[in-house]
Amino acid sequence: MQAFVYGHATDIAEALVEGGTKDTVFLAGGTELLNWLRLGIANPARVIDIARLKGLSGVTQLTDGGLRIGALTRLNDVALNDDVARNYPVLSQAILKSASAQLRNLATIGGNPLQKTRCGYFRAEELLPCNKRTPGSGCSALHGINDKHAIFGWSEACVATQPSDPATALAALDAVYVTQHRSGGRRIKAEELHTLPGDTPEIDNTLRDGELIVGVELADAAPQSAYLKLRERESYEYAVVSAAVALDLDGDRIGRARIALGSVAHKPWRLAETERALAGVAISDTSAIRSAIDASFAVAKPLPHNAYKVQLAKNATARTIRSAAARTPS
Amino acid sequence: MEFCSNLTVALRVNGRHYEVTVDARTTLLDLLREHLELTGSKKGCNFGECGACTVHLNGRRVNGCMILAASAEGAEVTTIEGLADDGKKLHPVQQAFIDQDAFQCGFCTPGQVMSAVALLHEGHATSATEIREWMSGNLCRCASYPQIVSAVQAAALQMGGS
Amino acid sequence: MSIGEPLSRIDGPIKVTGGARYTADLRAPNMLHGAFVTATIPAGKVLAIDHSDALAEPGVVRVLTHEDMFPPKTTVAGPPFAHSFLPLQGDEIRHEGQPIALALGETLEAAEAGARRVRVRYAPTTVQPPAALIWSELDRAAVAPKNSGYFFFEPEFTKGKADQNLAGARNRIEAVYSQPSRHHNPMEPSAVLAQWRGDALTIYASTQHVYAVQTGLAALFGIPPERVRVISQHTGGAFGVKGLIWPQEALAAIAAKIVERPVRIVLSRANMYSFLGYQPRIVQKMGLGADEKGTLAVVTHDVVNLTSVTDDFIEFATEASKSLYATPSMQLRQRAERAHVAMPTAMRAPVEGPGLWALESAMDELAVDLGVDPLNLRLANYADADPATGAPWSSKKLREAYDQGARLFGWRERPRAPWRDGDWIIGHGMASCLMGTFRFPSHARVTLRRDGTAVIETGTQDIGTGTLTIFPQIAAGVLGLPSSSIELKMGDSKLPEAGPTYGSSSTTGVGAAVLAAAQDVRGQLARLANLSPGEATLADGRIGRAGTTEGFPIADVMNEAGEREIVGSGSFDPTQHGAGYSMRTFGAIFVEVGVDPELGLLRLRRVVGSYSVGRIINPRTARAQLVGGIIWGWGMAAMEQSAFDASLGRFLSKNLAGVTIPVNADIPTDITVHFVDEIDEKASPIGGKGVGELGATGVAAAVANAVFHATGKRIRDLPITPEKLVA
Repeated sequence: MQAFVYGHATDIAEALVEGGTKDTVFLAGGTELLNWLRLGIANPARVIDIARLKGLSGVTQLTDGGLRIGALTRLNDVALNDDVARNYPVLSQAILKSASAQLRNLATIGGNPLQKTRCGYFRAEELLPCNKRTPGSGCSALHGINDKHAIFGWSEACVATQPSDPATALAALDAVYVTQHRSGGRRIKAEELHTLPGDTPEIDNTLRDGELIVGVELADAAPQSAYLKLRERESYEYAVVSAAVALDLDGDRIGRARIALGSVAHKPWRLAETERALAGVAISDTSAIRSAIDASFAVAKPLPHNAYKVQLAKNATARTIRSAAARTPS
Repeated sequence: MEFCSNLTVALRVNGRHYEVTVDARTTLLDLLREHLELTGSKKGCNFGECGACTVHLNGRRVNGCMILAASAEGAEVTTIEGLADDGKKLHPVQQAFIDQDAFQCGFCTPGQVMSAVALLHEGHATSATEIREWMSGNLCRCASYPQIVSAVQAAALQMGGS
Repeated sequence: MSIGEPLSRIDGPIKVTGGARYTADLRAPNMLHGAFVTATIPAGKVLAIDHSDALAEPGVVRVLTHEDMFPPKTTVAGPPFAHSFLPLQGDEIRHEGQPIALALGETLEAAEAGARRVRVRYAPTTVQPPAALIWSELDRAAVAPKNSGYFFFEPEFTKGKADQNLAGARNRIEAVYSQPSRHHNPMEPSAVLAQWRGDALTIYASTQHVYAVQTGLAALFGIPPERVRVISQHTGGAFGVKGLIWPQEALAAIAAKIVERPVRIVLSRANMYSFLGYQPRIVQKMGLGADEKGTLAVVTHDVVNLTSVTDDFIEFATEASKSLYATPSMQLRQRAERAHVAMPTAMRAPVEGPGLWALESAMDELAVDLGVDPLNLRLANYADADPATGAPWSSKKLREAYDQGARLFGWRERPRAPWRDGDWIIGHGMASCLMGTFRFPSHARVTLRRDGTAVIETGTQDIGTGTLTIFPQIAAGVLGLPSSSIELKMGDSKLPEAGPTYGSSSTTGVGAAVLAAAQDVRGQLARLANLSPGEATLADGRIGRAGTTEGFPIADVMNEAGEREIVGSGSFDPTQHGAGYSMRTFGAIFVEVGVDPELGLLRLRRVVGSYSVGRIINPRTARAQLVGGIIWGWGMAAMEQSAFDASLGRFLSKNLAGVTIPVNADIPTDITVHFVDEIDEKASPIGGKGVGELGATGVAAAVANAVFHATGKRIRDLPITPEKLVA
């Protein structure tokens, strides 16, 4: 690691003031940042440890019936919280399939969605041509090894995917990231946190320098929701494709469906066309469900080595709709 | 806020108080291994991808390589060396690993044992499937996976099914 | 406890308490940490190395480059060097990831930061990349290999009229099977600590062969081997990647000499992918010809594997075809595909591991074509003698292994049609298992003390196979002492020379030497007790006549003779055992898999492995070896690959996130390991052969055969991943 100076924040105001400069990063769980430091993905002069800030942990019920999860809440604590597990099982499942138990004891719900892509060229221990690492150097994956890369929303500058499982579930749940910044915080809809690469692939999300996620808010309970994470080995691996589905059922018909796919694009990918087409469809009408799914895939653009991800993503969606519907609210 | 490139970290490891001066970049794992000569926790990858460095931090299992030593200020750390009762009698999990032949080269073993102890405390030993999943953060290349599962099950029984 | 009993591992307490020390756990006073700078281009020259920024990093003491090196006193060519090329001797780059500089720092952080700040200018030259994975291209690129020391066997073999027989066969299978390069990935990254005292060198290394490191480094420095001492108490897994001298061992010693301080280098995980060996990409064209009953008339096997531009490492997959089935004709060929890649090396279950992937897949395809049970096809072609040479087997109970394994699995009763379990389609497959028997000379010393304790001394290594337990067990059986009274001193080149801990050879070789040494002690004690060695037995601290209750306490016998200790020596010389016999281990593996075709998922549900290996010294440690081997085979079948980017000339993911090896959740508890009752008296006085690698053979084919059964998809390119399975 390149040398840096370390400080720890005792209150959030102090953190926001000090965190505003370009050469400063926040350290929470550290399960991404330490690797960025080792790989040279981040080369800050200053590291501000915010892990001990008070008031940013815990799951609280909101007066309108939703939940607020403090950004510094460790992932395992979020997943195993009774309210989360019961009312937002898609989030609980997504978290429990992330990383490992040890990493989930460190990683936080506010930090995890800010993780960077797993693209092998980006994560290499040497600098390889990668527009995300070094703008203008090219995208090695575009014509190289891209079997795990994006099928939606990519550009010639970058074909990487966003791997965060919790972020995918939060996108399906229409969660809101609550932020603070020394010039004022804001509320960011989950779908709007992550960006598409366009011609600025070095940007992953819409946070400003020194902007801190302080909480995640969930509104409508989604007990009939489920997460599917498809990977080569059974655990401790990033997804090839994942699917987060939250259903509101009217008897045996889909009242509303919210579906987000993970690891298929630079951001969690909501299947807006599918959601529209599913309204009113009977949960047993597999053919209508399949057509509805297909509708979102008209814009799918496979790369030379990842065409299989298109079919896989469709199948994963169908399977997860079935799983979500099968959940009996406890 | 004070920023330092080198700092003195005060923490408790295996019940003993230490004050160690380290480079800000030093991980908890390297503090343990290089500064305190507690080499039982192993460095398998240094990227949080293998679990060989698993220790307990404030009662929870974590990867030592993924924590800056500085972040462990004031923490209570338990390593494999601190598990046996008074350094003499083996912890039931350690004994179970021996009885069930749950290791071969032994390099991943300290991390496996620390993970298993925590897993039992967490209550994640209700089935073999659950044990396998919650132990998957510890890679074993030799590989002793089925025996590791048996060891966790045996320890669970011994410890009263916690 | 003696031979045949499931003695608990003697190294248990130290390994479960963190007390076992591996090389990276060791320190020396005044030691420097080393971190490598590696080449980022696959071919060319280093034009200039600017280490000014690196030296400005606090704590960085020196950055060594080829300009600091002194010429080796020996030509680095062939074993014990892993590659006939030592990095940092010149400016030439032969593969991406080749070490080109070594940063030395007072702390780990300094060395690592220093290494990253070294700036290198290169002059790239034309790169020879690996060919595309297309048989016709590989066929064109492949060359007849040259033996620079890395051959185990002959590259070509013909018997009978193979061409004719294949062309004329009633039933023919011709198919190409492939597997990608993959890395050993032991959990312990290789490490070395080098320390000079005058002109004497002490090396602590994670190695499978202390004597290889000793002789190689002695030659490198032009000093007598006795001036080099190599110590390796515990190695955290090796699987073949720690058997020869890799760059870090030599360079740590050279660096320590230059800076006159001890140097410790612990490779990063990325280094493990950069300049150590790996099992290379192997592509195999199989041909089988048989009559309508499935009796083979011909086996043809044409193998091309990737290797470096310096040496031809050959993966002798053809040995599987040479040794498994009876056939009147065979044509076997091995060729090399040379490219600017790091030097490959043997990986757990070399030779037959890849060979059976092709052969056992092809046999299954033949069985399907013929409509015969895959097991019956194997039985129909059972080789009662070595198919290539006609030599008798030292011991072979493969028929029993097939039969007992099939019974344990329920093979004959399996549903012919694949059945469903929810979203899973269940398939069954089987394959033969096979492994050659490597044997190396070994020596051991056993010292019996008057107080009833004993010490075994032999320079063997602990890589997890159970050596620390079975050698005391063997001695305990002869000396009639509890194994807890027997100390094993090992892992030190000062001790009697033992063979390497690879090739599944330690039990056979070192075990035999320990046995002989213990028997020597017993013989000497017998003479002291006025018994003939042949009739003396030792039990519970007493020596007596076999078959009687007479006996004397050992202490008394020794006291009377005025001896404080009795020292026995023993050796194993493979040339004196089993000459004229073919020696192999055999088995059969049966697997049940689940395939979820919508999601492209493949999962293992249960396994039965049934093995003919001779006498089992310790069923606990032996079982662990087979289970570990099966899991190794599962990784090969279902997930492992080190993807190579041909345009950049490098393995893309040099970490454990981008390369998948099995996790606990992948492995079911329903794994049955069965050993056929057998003693092989010819291979070794121990009566057994090695078991460390056999379990990893046959698995990939059995899995692919099961996938075919479940889905009708024949997959011939490993690993079997979702993109190959998704419907």
